[in-house]
Amino acid sequence: MSVNVNRLKCGYCGACVGVCPVGALELIETWIEVENTCTECGICVKICPVGSLEIL
Amino acid sequence: MKDKYDIIVVGAGPAGSITARTCAEGGLDVLLIEKRQEIGDPVRCAEGVSREGLKKHIEPDDRWIAAKVKGSKIIAPDGTEIRMSEDASSQKAGYTLERKVFDRALAQHAASAGAEVMVKTRASGLLHSNGAVNGIKAVYMGDTREIKADIIIGADGVESKVGKWGGIDTTMKPVDIESGAQFLVSNIEAGEYSKFYLGGEYAPGGYLWLFPKGKNTANVGLGILGSKSEKGMALLLLRKFIEKHMPQAKILEMVVGGVPVSGPIEKTATDGLLLVGDAARQSDPLTGGGIINAMDAGKIAGEVCIKAREAGDYSMKTLKEYEDRWRATIGKNMSASLKVKNMLLKFTDDQLNNLAHSLEGEDVSKMTLPALLKVLVIKNPRMLWELRY
Ligand SMILES: Cc1cc2nc3c(=O)[nH]c(=O)nc-3n(C[C@H](O)[C@H](O)[C@H](O)COP(=O)(O)OP(=O)(O)OC[C@H]3O[C@@H](n4cnc5c(N)ncnc54)[C@H](O)[C@@H]3O)c2cc1C
Repeated sequence: MSVNVNRLKCGYCGACVGVCPVGALELIETWIEVENTCTECGICVKICPVGSLEIL
Repeated sequence: MKDKYDIIVVGAGPAGSITARTCAEGGLDVLLIEKRQEIGDPVRCAEGVSREGLKKHIEPDDRWIAAKVKGSKIIAPDGTEIRMSEDASSQKAGYTLERKVFDRALAQHAASAGAEVMVKTRASGLLHSNGAVNGIKAVYMGDTREIKADIIIGADGVESKVGKWGGIDTTMKPVDIESGAQFLVSNIEAGEYSKFYLGGEYAPGGYLWLFPKGKNTANVGLGILGSKSEKGMALLLLRKFIEKHMPQAKILEMVVGGVPVSGPIEKTATDGLLLVGDAARQSDPLTGGGIINAMDAGKIAGEVCIKAREAGDYSMKTLKEYEDRWRATIGKNMSASLKVKNMLLKFTDDQLNNLAHSLEGEDVSKMTLPALLKVLVIKNPRMLWELRY
C-alpha cells in the first residue's frame, strides 16, 4: 500500500506529513518519504496544495 | 557539537529560535538544530504581522521588513470593502516581512545569546529514560548521532514529528488545516493595505490575501480548508484568480504550505518535552497567523525551561506551567477565533455580503478584529447569536 509522490511537482511544504493519521510520511531534505504503513486513506492527496500526491 | 546539552530545540523557525534565545539568555546550554541547509528557505508564509505583536520580541529592522502597511481591508464576495486595524498613532499598523532574512536574524539572536546552531541536521527520533524524553537522534550529512538533553523542544512546524515520537498525537484532520498556495507577484498596484478576500469563489473555507511587499509587488495567495479541498485545488484557484484579476502580473516566487487551524490541541507537553509554534498547532484558526503566537509560545517555553533547570525537575510537575500559561493567553484568543471560524464556515456568500453591508456608515477603521466582531454582533444579533458565550 502506498501513495505516489510526484517529486517534480512537490513543493516540499510538509502539509501532507501533518495530516497523515498513521505517520507514514516524512519530509527529508526536499522530498517526501513514504513508509509501508500507509493505508491509502487519501487525506494527503486532498490536502496537497499542488496536487503532487496520488494513490496508485 | 557536544553529546549533552540542557536543552535541544528541534526546528529553527520563529518558535524554535525564540525558545533557544530565551533559554540561552537564561544561562542554559542550548543546541538549536534545523534540518534545512538554509534557515528560513523555502518560505511557507504570507509574511504578514502586526507591529505590536512583533515588538514584544524584537525591534523592527529594515533588513527584514519588506513593506509597512496602513491597515487591513476585508473584501466581501460582492466587493464591499471594510477598512480596519489602522493604527492611529503610528500610521503603520503592520509589516510584510522578508521571512528568509527574518528567520535567520532570529536564529542569529539565539546564537549571539550563546546557543549552538546546527543546520542540515534533522531529528529522526527521541531517546527515552524511565519514561521521560532525554535526548534525540540526529542525522547530519547521513550520519546518525545520539545527543542527550534534559528537555527537548519540538519546534518542528506543520510537519512536526517530535510530538508524535513523544506520544502526543498532533495529527490534523482535514478540517484542522488550510491548504495554501501563494505567488510573489510584481507588475501590480500593491496599495497600502493588507487585503483579505472572502467568498467561496476565491477560497472555500478560507480566504484569499494580498499583502504588499513593496510598491509593485505583493504576496498573493489563498488557503482552502482541508475538508473542502480537492487534489491541487489551492494552486488551481490561485492561478484562476491571477488570470482573471491581475493578468499583467509576473510571478517571481511560488510558496506552498499547510496552516494548522485546529484551535488549541489537548496536550503540548510531557516529561522532558515541550511543543511550540505550529508543532503545537498554535496558529490562529481564523486568520492562519502563526508567527507571533509561535514567538509568544517560544518565550513562555524558554522561561519555563529556565525554571525547570533551577528546580532540577524536568517532569510535568514543572513543565505544566508552560501548558497553563500559553492556554491562558494565546490559547484563549485561539478558542475565540475558532468559534468565529466555525460560524463563518456556515455562512453563504450572500450572508457574508449582508454582514459587510451592516457596517455601512460605521467607522471601524481603527478597530482590531475582536472589536469589529463585537460591532457585528450588535448589528446582527440573529446571525451572530452563536458567538455569544
Ligand atoms: C501559505 C501560508 C501563509 C501564511 N501566512 C502567514 C502570515 O501572513 N502571518 C503569520 O503570522 N503566519 C502565517 N503563516 C503561518 C506561519 O508561517 C507559521 O505559523 C510559522 O512559521 C510557525 O513558526 P514555527 O517556528 O512554529 O514553524 P516553522 O516556521 O515552520 O519552522 C519549523 C522549522 O522546523 C524545521 N524542522 C522540521 N522538522 C525538523 C526535524 N525533524 N529536524 C530539524 N528541523 C526540523 C523546519 O525545516 C522548519 O524550518 C502562513 C503559513 C502558510 C503555510
